[in-house]
Amino acid sequence: MSYDRLIFENSVPGKFAYSLPKLDVPEIDPSSLGTPIREELDLPEVSEGDLIRHYVNISTKNFSIDKGFYPLGSCTMKYNPKINENVARIPGLSKIHPYQPQSTVQGSLALLYELQEYLAEVSGMDTMTLQPAAGAQGELAGLMIIKKYHELRGDHHRTKIILPDSAHGTNPATTAMAGFELVEIPSDEDGSVDIEELKAVIDGNLAGLMLTNPNTLGLFEGHIEEVTQIIHDAGGLIYYDGANMNAIMGRARPGDMGFDVMHFNVHKTFSTPHGGGGPGAGPVGVKAFLREFLPVPLIEKEGENYVLNYDLPNSIGKVKAFYGNYGILVRTFSYISTMGGPGLREASEMAVLNANYLMERLKKTYRLPIDKLCKHEFVLSGIQAAPNVSTLDIAKRLMDFGFHPPTVYFPLIIPEAMMIEPTETESRDTLDRFMDALEAIAKEAVENPELLHNAPYTTPVRRIDEVYAAKALILTYKDMLNEKN
Amino acid sequence: MHRYIPNNGALLQEMLEKIGLSSMDDLFVDIPQELQFKGELNIPGALSEMELLEKATKLSKKNKSTDDLTCFLGGGVYDHFVPLVIDHIISRSEFYTSYTPYQPEVSQGTLQAIFEYQSLITQLTGMEVSNASMYDGSNAAIEAAFLSIASKRKSNILLVSQGVHPEVLEVIKTYCHFRQIEVRVVPLNDQGRTDLQKAQELMEAGVASIMVQNPNFFGVVEDIDSVVKFSKDHKIMSIDYVDPISLGLFEAPGDQGVDVVVADGQSLGNGMNYGGPYLGVMAMRKKDVRKMPGRVAGLSKDVDGKRAFVLTLQAREQHIRRFKATSNICSNQALNMLVASIYLNTMGKKGLREVAIQSASKAAYLKKALLETGHFENVFSGPNFKEFTLRYKGDVDALLKGLEEDGFLGGLNLNRFGRDGEILIAVTEKRSKAEMDAYVDAVRRLS
Amino acid sequence: MSNLFFTEEHEWVRVEGNKAYIGISNYAQSQLGDIVYVELPEMDDEVSVGDSVGVVESVKSASDLFTPVSGTIVEINEDLEDSPELLNEDAMANWIVAIELSEKEDLTSLMDEEDYKQFLGEDA
Repeated sequence: MSYDRLIFENSVPGKFAYSLPKLDVPEIDPSSLGTPIREELDLPEVSEGDLIRHYVNISTKNFSIDKGFYPLGSCTMKYNPKINENVARIPGLSKIHPYQPQSTVQGSLALLYELQEYLAEVSGMDTMTLQPAAGAQGELAGLMIIKKYHELRGDHHRTKIILPDSAHGTNPATTAMAGFELVEIPSDEDGSVDIEELKAVIDGNLAGLMLTNPNTLGLFEGHIEEVTQIIHDAGGLIYYDGANMNAIMGRARPGDMGFDVMHFNVHKTFSTPHGGGGPGAGPVGVKAFLREFLPVPLIEKEGENYVLNYDLPNSIGKVKAFYGNYGILVRTFSYISTMGGPGLREASEMAVLNANYLMERLKKTYRLPIDKLCKHEFVLSGIQAAPNVSTLDIAKRLMDFGFHPPTVYFPLIIPEAMMIEPTETESRDTLDRFMDALEAIAKEAVENPELLHNAPYTTPVRRIDEVYAAKALILTYKDMLNEKN
Repeated sequence: MHRYIPNNGALLQEMLEKIGLSSMDDLFVDIPQELQFKGELNIPGALSEMELLEKATKLSKKNKSTDDLTCFLGGGVYDHFVPLVIDHIISRSEFYTSYTPYQPEVSQGTLQAIFEYQSLITQLTGMEVSNASMYDGSNAAIEAAFLSIASKRKSNILLVSQGVHPEVLEVIKTYCHFRQIEVRVVPLNDQGRTDLQKAQELMEAGVASIMVQNPNFFGVVEDIDSVVKFSKDHKIMSIDYVDPISLGLFEAPGDQGVDVVVADGQSLGNGMNYGGPYLGVMAMRKKDVRKMPGRVAGLSKDVDGKRAFVLTLQAREQHIRRFKATSNICSNQALNMLVASIYLNTMGKKGLREVAIQSASKAAYLKKALLETGHFENVFSGPNFKEFTLRYKGDVDALLKGLEEDGFLGGLNLNRFGRDGEILIAVTEKRSKAEMDAYVDAVRRLS
Repeated sequence: MSNLFFTEEHEWVRVEGNKAYIGISNYAQSQLGDIVYVELPEMDDEVSVGDSVGVVESVKSASDLFTPVSGTIVEINEDLEDSPELLNEDAMANWIVAIELSEKEDLTSLMDEEDYKQFLGEDA
């Protein structure tokens, strides 16, 4: 019988797991605090042993990169090096308060400054900010910079952001959040920007264009220079979504392609752990002419000293308190130092080789809508011999073979999409076994589609009733108790 | 050749042959010649484990950490004790190397952790629903403010107390600038509490909400009952930016009638880490759940009838709702959320209260002792919790520099926020009487 | 002439006197799948053609209900708040909102049932 308890169901009055020294000054009377005092604090009462067992037991119900292959397209689930965790936990680098005098944090500021230099080098941008907490916040900071740029030039009418319809959902959501209007343009059959469609929506209200390159289908936008030219000629700026940077490190740089602003997703490209959904970090790079708009403070070097520079009158302001998700940035620094310039290029080369290696064999069994040299990922669209079997069923069945499913039903422009990104850290042996599994599933799909439809069978729980979850909305333990009564 | 990249040498050649290519360059022929980066990235390395550890340790020695300096700094980030179990649990690969739980069958660990976190936060705040975390307190605050705007038609003004953390206020102003939302700052009264009479003067039809911080940035405990009454009288939302530790003692804001509770969850077991990663806490009433940004886990069952958890209400989120999503947030602070849950379960019913009592008692002890030196004046007459603002009769910078040489992070010089001569001092349960006495002695010596 | 009209957004409009009842077509509900929530507009709201007057939500999608007519919201179907599945059970019988028409000519641009069937043929 597998473990199936909530922490609340382990609670027994009187148990506790904390330890504190005795209070060594007079105890205050809570009524002196000038606010109503609660009668009861409803939190669990468990022992330390109970607590550890609880978390160890629930943890084993997770798939993780340390357990197996995660071919999630657009997510870059590469191995998370252990040394990153050690470096981030060095007391002198971690036990520091954000308001310490700058003279007492020169080591951390030096590290962050060096990281900025590395990121600028990889991207071909001129100046970086490390402040955004995640890719989506990086996008937002980037679009704010674009808006502020136009505002300062008196171009308040420039309110339109153009996006290809293959864009990641954060792009349109960020466009709204930054107060822009959205113009979506259809992609051509390769998922690339359709130049004619682009030209058709350009007008004097253009603020900018957001683009991922390689695009969400894993293909390099061959006519990127034409695109940047069109946008710049129309007075707009062009934003690079760094989600797919793992394809091109040391091979091509957004700055050289003509992009003005970009963000990195360090939890993709630079191996920082996903943590079950976060934290990430989303450093933003800009060309020199946009430096004045970056969020404050900038981390700069003055002589031998590193300083936080708040003196930037045209700055957009701040998108996050303090300086960013520092602990994650330390891991990023650790990773880049471990790889070095040539290592980063090798990572991208191997990521691309691994992807093409998979694509070449899988296209014999699975439908490959665009059969071209891919970069770090590619998109399949169902099984050739069993066109009626859904991608969802294939994904769920993969779990029984010990693999995490690929990204499914994205990008939206490919029906039954299955987006596969192997990353450079997977061995050929793993890739071969993964393809064996997908081919076995394709065979099952022909012989016994029901088998797939009811998969998975071997996971901690099987398919879940999502309609019930959305209707009943049992979101807390209290809701659960109320539902039972 | 690198240790994290397993395919090399002969293997690599074989793989290239399989796909009909002869060199790595062939993999990049689709990049136009003029865009190909020809040189070598100018990044030193690759460093071996020994070299990197040595480099990082060397950098760490250029810092002074809270192991070297006794910390009386606060201002939104506090030196509370982090129970040791936390790092053991979050160091499990199953938690920290897993992806967002979009595939629930293989993510029950993370999903259950989210469900339990939501339960703990709603119990702590007296609210009905919580999301699975925002980036930090500033982010939770601005998202709550946007939620209030979305909840009231034709609204475009926010009232934000001067007592809200200045950096949070700055984030709110930044976001609002680009959405043409006006931020009206409500000043504090002599007590250091939000001046609701002034708020009254700032009211008009377009106001969506009032946000206060409790205890506020200057350490003063706010009168939340009056803030709630003000908001109800004007039919606007009340947003309470709390210190989660204070809720070990204070009445739950949900029970006081607050509409949205937000917080920075750093205090809940997260190390200070020079400003992040922490987590943003956000909780509210169930009627508002569809306007709440961020991920949410719900209880359901699998095809065998077994209890199971799954992300729900996803149709509000960016990956489905795109331009009309409640927010653009995707990655959140999942691992920090796990930290906060472990912290609340470790401290439990009695421990969190004890942390709150100890912090408040020690803060009261130190404040009294510092005032008794005769070198300080109280700035606000309102009550304090674990932090307080004093005016120093001498040169604040010189005092803090002297204290640093004596081994103390003595407090925050508020001149950076335009308040010359004032110093903000925070005390947690970690500070002993001996440390506080030594601090007071040092102040006497330096004054 | 029939009083039932359809839009290209797969909504139906049934006109009764000066009032238009609006729902989603059977095709729309089948495309959405299990409907888990219906967001209704506020009574007495003034709306114009193309405004969103509600959201129909399934597990994996959320679709705005765009009004094809202008006027004032005079009725909302509160049964859908507790039983959104009614739209799956019988989309044509369960209206979502009723609008008091301010301009009747809005209707002229809509499809009748025959046209809609033909439109579906092309779309499907």
